[in-house]
Amino acid sequence: MHIIESGNVAAATGVKLSRAQVIAAYPITPQTPLTEKLSEFVEGGELDAQYIPVESEHSAMGVCIAASTAGTRAFTATSANGLLYMNEQLHWAVGARLPIVMCVANRGIGAPWTVWNDQQDTIAQRDVGWIQIYCNDHQQIIDSVIKAFRLAQSVSIPVMVCYDGYLLSHTYMPFDQPEQSKVDTFLPKFAPTHFLNPDDPANFNTVTLPDVRPGLDGKMAPGYIEIRHNLQEDLRASLDVYEEIDTAFAKDFGRGGNPFVEQYKCEDADFVAVCIGSLSYQLRDVIDIMRDNGVKIGVMGVQMYRPFPNQAIIAALDGKKCAIVFEKALSYGNQGALYADIKSALYNSKDKPLVHNYILGLGGREIKTRHLLDALNESCTAPETFGDSPRWIGLKL
Amino acid sequence: MAPKEFCKMISRSKPGPGDGGNTGSWRVLRPVIDLKACIPVKMNKEACFNCWLYCPDSVVSKTIPPVINFEYCKGCGICAEECPAGAITMVNEATPIEEDK
Amino acid sequence: MDNKNKTTILNLTKEEFVHPGNRACSGCGLSLVYRTALKALGKDTILVVPPSCLTVMQGLHPIASTKLPCVNVTFASTGAAATGVRAAMKALKKENVNVVAWAGDGGTGDIGIQALSGACERGEDIIYICYDNEAYMNTGVQRSGTTPQGVLTTTTPIKGKLQEKKDVPSIIDAHGIGYVATASAAYPLDLYDKVKKATTMSGPRYIHVHTPCPPGWSFDARFTIKIGKLAVQSGLFDLYEIIDGTFNLTGQSKKLIGKDKIPVLDYFKTQGRFKSLDEQIVKKVQDQVNAKWAQY
Repeated sequence: MHIIESGNVAAATGVKLSRAQVIAAYPITPQTPLTEKLSEFVEGGELDAQYIPVESEHSAMGVCIAASTAGTRAFTATSANGLLYMNEQLHWAVGARLPIVMCVANRGIGAPWTVWNDQQDTIAQRDVGWIQIYCNDHQQIIDSVIKAFRLAQSVSIPVMVCYDGYLLSHTYMPFDQPEQSKVDTFLPKFAPTHFLNPDDPANFNTVTLPDVRPGLDGKMAPGYIEIRHNLQEDLRASLDVYEEIDTAFAKDFGRGGNPFVEQYKCEDADFVAVCIGSLSYQLRDVIDIMRDNGVKIGVMGVQMYRPFPNQAIIAALDGKKCAIVFEKALSYGNQGALYADIKSALYNSKDKPLVHNYILGLGGREIKTRHLLDALNESCTAPETFGDSPRWIGLKL
Repeated sequence: MAPKEFCKMISRSKPGPGDGGNTGSWRVLRPVIDLKACIPVKMNKEACFNCWLYCPDSVVSKTIPPVINFEYCKGCGICAEECPAGAITMVNEATPIEEDK
Repeated sequence: MDNKNKTTILNLTKEEFVHPGNRACSGCGLSLVYRTALKALGKDTILVVPPSCLTVMQGLHPIASTKLPCVNVTFASTGAAATGVRAAMKALKKENVNVVAWAGDGGTGDIGIQALSGACERGEDIIYICYDNEAYMNTGVQRSGTTPQGVLTTTTPIKGKLQEKKDVPSIIDAHGIGYVATASAAYPLDLYDKVKKATTMSGPRYIHVHTPCPPGWSFDARFTIKIGKLAVQSGLFDLYEIIDGTFNLTGQSKKLIGKDKIPVLDYFKTQGRFKSLDEQIVKKVQDQVNAKWAQY
């Protein structure tokens, strides 16, 4: 069924279709309507879940961590400072290997206060170990939420589904709402092997030593570093799992097929504009103008940022003349985080492209087509002389 | 190839004694019960059991006579302090006990 | 507490839920409180524990000292995590489980108070037990909100703490929850009966347990019970219950009504942590205790 709704409602609908059992959230702009919608679903009896109106984001994730440890499908959502307030909990959730799903409506971070969109909030969380999926439109939001639940429980790693605040969270678009019965088939019930169980008592997240230690059965139990190594191995293996899930989803629902990067007119391109999120669709218009002017250029949206899909990035960019990375975030004191990751992925490629970096749109600064066009023309005209420092777009100094 | 098994390692611990090792080795003083003075022994029925109640480490049994698990008794001396009959003495760990003589 | 329903040493269950040989210090008040309360909670219990001495006592991976399911959570999230376990139990239709948060005074009244307040305000169906050893003991005896005035800690090393003890049970009671009680490690049977009573109720239930700590309070480990009793018998720490807003002294404290009490100085003299107390503070505390008891 096609409906016209906001991105936040698309996310809430995905959560409902995924039959989340415990939901805890604290309102923060621009995620708030998602939280409101979920409480409406629960109160109205459309979703059989426990909805906990917690007193903070730290507690929202605290509820999810405990509920997930107890064996239920848990969900929360936040933005910006709310996400940062959860930070230690994010580490905890992934270290405890809990399949929590969280939506983040991307927003800039204070100080100074800003409620508008950029992606500094989730990009700043890239090292915690959560899987990060980014959406470009409302269809991807609802689909990604459903896929995220299956991915999370398949690999026992929590997943963030990220979408641009306002640009997606508050805009209305038509999208297909999958049928409940088909979602139920696609997404099996959450049935963990280990959970808080009085009939099989165990202590979860016990202090763990630097070295391995024998248990009561004499078997050697892993130390902290083995547990963390196992997480990293599983994160890297999650790429294959997500590809399988995306393929299964495409089979069942007729959408998908680009789990890691979404490419537009890249096949014959010399130049590829790269970005995360809804900006990639805005860039398509710009690329079309440039194509009309004879520049062989395409655009690639990165859909999964962690684990980083190195192979897909290499496959897409190796042999190109130049990749131009646009970012609504940066690793302060250095460069754009995506830019650095892309360079790192391409480092050992035989025919690696030049890579450029632009920073734009921070704190919701409007991204004008003219700015994008100017930047791309600049990059395409003399790619060799660009240098390694990010250039900022649209600054009014 | 068999499908990859995920989440093979988490910190999940199973209950058991002696996590801290043989905590009896922490002891400097050892509680010794004078069975002639011990109330349940003297009365030959369930009585008193203050030593059992107040032991922080549950190493005293609720039996006649009460028996102390020296593998894990940390030698805090609460049982000696709380025995209403004064039947428990804390002796230097280096002092040989009756059976050892 | 109703006299005829009081638990006695003789009928207190032999069943233990804490293994010996754990890492608690010799003579640890928490050990006794934990051991006793878990007897009252029984097998169908899920524990939520933030960082505290209990984290250490719980064991090191892969061996646990507690025979109950337990989730270790972040410091500030105890109330929320207990909420999450209860929500999961509701979602899974496993209603006959005690969901019990167990935290120290720092985890309860300082870093954890926000999540606890949230849980109380929402009316979560949880039991929250705070063992109050009146300082941050697990990190090596730093002052906490519940450290009494004048006490020497490693962050109040010379003059002693300048501020008075935070009254955490009263703060929790201000949420209007159905059951707030205090207990002491020195009166395990009273503690047992209060925890047992809490298991028969629903909604948020809060039990605040005065818990002597030999190394942190600087006294010989054998005096844990004696010193805990002195705190109660001097009228400094009172055993009470507040059931649906009605306050009643219980146990030993109830017996003290109208009786002469031991001077607080006799309690202070037993512990090294009070050794820098001047006469002025002692007199002030004694006056406060007298004024408090004049109202009982």
